[in-house]
Amino acid sequence: MRTGAAASGTRRRARLREPSIMPGFGLTLGFTIAYLSLIVLIPLSALFVRTAMGGWHEFIEVAFSRRAVASYRLTFGASLVAASVNMVFGLIIAWVLVRYRFPGKRLASAIVDLPFALPTAVAGIALTALYANTGWIGRYLDPLGIEVAYKPLGIIVALTFIGLPFVVRSVEPVLADLGSDVEEAASSLGASRWQTFRLVILPAILPALFTGFALALARAIGEYGSVIFIAGNMPFQTEISPLLIVTQLEQFDYAGATGIAVVMLVVSFLLLALINLIQHWSRTRLAG
Amino acid sequence: MALFASPRRRAIGGPPWIRAVLILVALAFLALFLVLPLVAVFREALRDGIGAYLEAIKDPDAVSAIKLTLLTAAIAVPLNIVFGVSAAWAITKFDFKGKNLLITLIDLPFSVSPVVSGLIYVLLFGAQGWLGPWLETHDIQIIFAVPGIVLATIFVTFPFVARELIPLMAEQGRDDEEAALSLGASGWQTFWRVTVPNIRWGLLYGVLLCNARAMGEFGAVSVVSGHIRGETNTMPLHVEILYNEYNFAASFAVASLLALLALVTLVLKSALEWRYGYHGSNTGH
Repeated sequence: MRTGAAASGTRRRARLREPSIMPGFGLTLGFTIAYLSLIVLIPLSALFVRTAMGGWHEFIEVAFSRRAVASYRLTFGASLVAASVNMVFGLIIAWVLVRYRFPGKRLASAIVDLPFALPTAVAGIALTALYANTGWIGRYLDPLGIEVAYKPLGIIVALTFIGLPFVVRSVEPVLADLGSDVEEAASSLGASRWQTFRLVILPAILPALFTGFALALARAIGEYGSVIFIAGNMPFQTEISPLLIVTQLEQFDYAGATGIAVVMLVVSFLLLALINLIQHWSRTRLAG
Repeated sequence: MALFASPRRRAIGGPPWIRAVLILVALAFLALFLVLPLVAVFREALRDGIGAYLEAIKDPDAVSAIKLTLLTAAIAVPLNIVFGVSAAWAITKFDFKGKNLLITLIDLPFSVSPVVSGLIYVLLFGAQGWLGPWLETHDIQIIFAVPGIVLATIFVTFPFVARELIPLMAEQGRDDEEAALSLGASGWQTFWRVTVPNIRWGLLYGVLLCNARAMGEFGAVSVVSGHIRGETNTMPLHVEILYNEYNFAASFAVASLLALLALVTLVLKSALEWRYGYHGSNTGH
C-alpha cells in the first residue's frame, strides 16, 4: 500500500524506502546489488584502479601512442560513417514498415533484428566471403576498382550490418505513435509533402533518430567479432582499437591493453550519458 | 497501387511512385546487408557437399565446442534470469532511493566493448591479475578455462532479462500482487501464481535474446578462452580457428549451426510479437 503523498513526503527523507505490504525487498535488492557488484562493478573498477596504479604519465604514453591514436581514428571514423548510413536507411526502413502495406512486410520486419541474433563471428566471415574479390558482391566491385574486404570500407560495411536495427527499432514506435492527423492538417493548410516531412515529421522523430544513431555508434565503437575478419588488421591502417587491445594482451602488454580499454570505456560512458540526455530532452520537450 | 495503398494515410504517403521507390530502397538495403550474408553462410557451408558438411559438424573438436557452448548458456542464462526477475521485483514493487542509478548500472554491460568485458576478468583472475597468485596456489584456474568463459558470458548477457522485465512490470503495477497478498497468499504463492503468469511473455522474450547472445558471444569469450581446441573452444571460437586455418567449408558448417540458432530465435521472437501482441522494450542489443 502506498501511503498518502503528504505523509510519504516527510517520511521519505528518513527512510530508505516507503512502507509496503509487498514482501521480498531485502532479498531481491540484496541479491541484485551483490550480483551486480560481483559481476559488473568490481571487475570494471579493476580496470580503472589498475590504470591509476600505473600513473598518469604511463597512461598517456600507452593510451595515446601513435598506433593507438591511429586505431581510435579508424574506429571512431568508421563507426561514425556506419551510424550515419544507418540513420538514413534505418529511417527509410522504419518509415516503410510503419506507413506502407506490402507483401512480405512481416518477413522484412523480422529480418531487421538479424544482427541482434546472428553471432558476430558468423556475420564477419559471411561478409568477408561476400566482399572478397571472388565473392558474390566483391567480384562486381573489383572491376570498378572498389576494394571492400581488408580495407577500411570493409570495416564500415561490417559496422553498418551491426548497427542497422538500433535506428529502425528506435524510430519505429515514435513514427507509429505520430498520428497522420498532424500531417493531414499540414497538407490541408497547403504544405508540400517535403515541407510536411521537414517541418512536421522530422522534428517529432528527431530525438528517436539521434538515440538510434548514438546506440548504433556506441555498439560500432566496441564491435570486434564482425570486423576482424573483413578488416585487414594492419597496424596504422586497418587495425581497430578492440583488436589492438587483444593484440597487446597476447603480448602480455597489460598496461597498453588497459590504457586503450579505459579510453574506449570513457567514450562509451560519454555516449551513454548523451543518450540519456537526448531522452530527457525529448521527454521534457514533449511534456512542455 | 492498391497493393501499396494505405487509405488512412493518403495525405502523406504521397503518389504511388514515391511509395514504390521507398519500399524498393528499404527492401534492397535489407536484402543486400542482411539477407545476402545469411544466404552466404549456408551456401559456403554446403560448398563441398552435404557429406563434407556433416563430417565437419561431427568432428570431435566441433562436438566439444558445441557442448561447451551449450554448457555455458545453461549456466549463464538461468543465473541472469534469477538476477533479472529479482532486480525487476525490487525496482518495480518498491520505491527507494537510488533506483534510477541502479537501472543505469544494470544497463552498463551493454555499453562496454566485448573485448573490454573479457579484459576486466583477465585483470582480476589472470596469472598477472590481482587474484592470480592466490588462485595459482590453490590450483584454481579461471582464465583460459571454462569458469572464465562462463563469467565473460554472464557479463555480456547481464542486462537482457532485467531490461525486458523492468518496463513491463512497472507498467503492470502492484495491484494484482497486493490483492493476492491481502487475500492471504504468501509471498512465494503470489510470485508464482500472480507475477509469473503476468510476465511470462516478456520473460520468454528476454530469455530468447539472452540465450542467442550467450551462445554467440565472440569477443569477450575470445579474450578469456585461450583457444585450447577440444577444451576451451566455444562454437564461435571454433569458427574462427577453422577460418584462420583456411578450412572454410568446415568453418561455415559450424557457423551455419549458429545461423540456424539465430533464425530460430527470430522466428520465436516474431511469433511472440504477432501472436501475443508482445513488443520488446529492447531498442537494441
